[in-house]
Amino acid sequence: MSAGLRTDAVWLVLLLGTAVTWWLGENGVAGTSTVPAILAIAGVKGILVIREFMALRGVKPAWQGTVIGWLCLVLLLNMAAYWKGI
Amino acid sequence: MSSVSLEVPPPVRRVFRDPPGDLAIWIFILAELLAFAVLFVLYGVARARHVELFNEMQLTLDRNAGALNAVLLITGSWCVARAVVAIKGDARVASARWLAAGILAGLGFLGVKLFEYDAKFAAGINLDTNLFYMFYLSLTFFHFMHVILGLLILVFVWHKTRQGGYSAADCHGMESGASYWHMVDLVWIVLFPLVYVLR
Repeated sequence: MSAGLRTDAVWLVLLLGTAVTWWLGENGVAGTSTVPAILAIAGVKGILVIREFMALRGVKPAWQGTVIGWLCLVLLLNMAAYWKGI
Repeated sequence: MSSVSLEVPPPVRRVFRDPPGDLAIWIFILAELLAFAVLFVLYGVARARHVELFNEMQLTLDRNAGALNAVLLITGSWCVARAVVAIKGDARVASARWLAAGILAGLGFLGVKLFEYDAKFAAGINLDTNLFYMFYLSLTFFHFMHVILGLLILVFVWHKTRQGGYSAADCHGMESGASYWHMVDLVWIVLFPLVYVLR
């Protein structure tokens, strides 16, 4: 797959993820049961942006690991805070 | 008679690249991500202590505007990624056009956000309204400022691209600007579900 087509495919997946997140919020199902799914969607979207758009795929693992680690840490801490607050 | 080589081929060592763009922009990006991480975690902790307030106030947000802004930033990020792909093929005109499209998407984001802020300020909402709106306004305005900086960088890169300042062999500067712009998108990917959707 060419770099251009790969970029286009990532864009479509990101739009799909955004649409699903919006739908969950609009339909009032963004509660306890769907929190892991919503944060997982954000995680997948973030990793796609980091690896494909920021072009960190194939760079030294420390760089990729730092940015993906940032994303996972923020999402996991918020998940923990969410459960604590229920 | 043919002979069979018994030599073991040397192991293939995977070669990793440095991140695209300048090292300085990546240090800047990591510092920005750290600042946003602190704000996100503080938001989560504050929400955990005031769940009812946060859930009630979240209903007053315009979720459609938040989603539209997510689409605009993702699309802007895609356009800029496409501009980098184009310049790596020495397609300067196409690269400049993709950058212009990315800039338009970013301006669209600012327009939608200003529309949202206007509605909130008209309703008398400000930083002192309550804890939720203190976080909402602080987080989104901090991000808003980053979008403006990202746009200024993109305009500079777009202008330089039009002047023929980048090529397949030398697109370091464009990659630096693109990386910053993608960071702005990445932050909204976390911010949108956190502030507008999770309840």
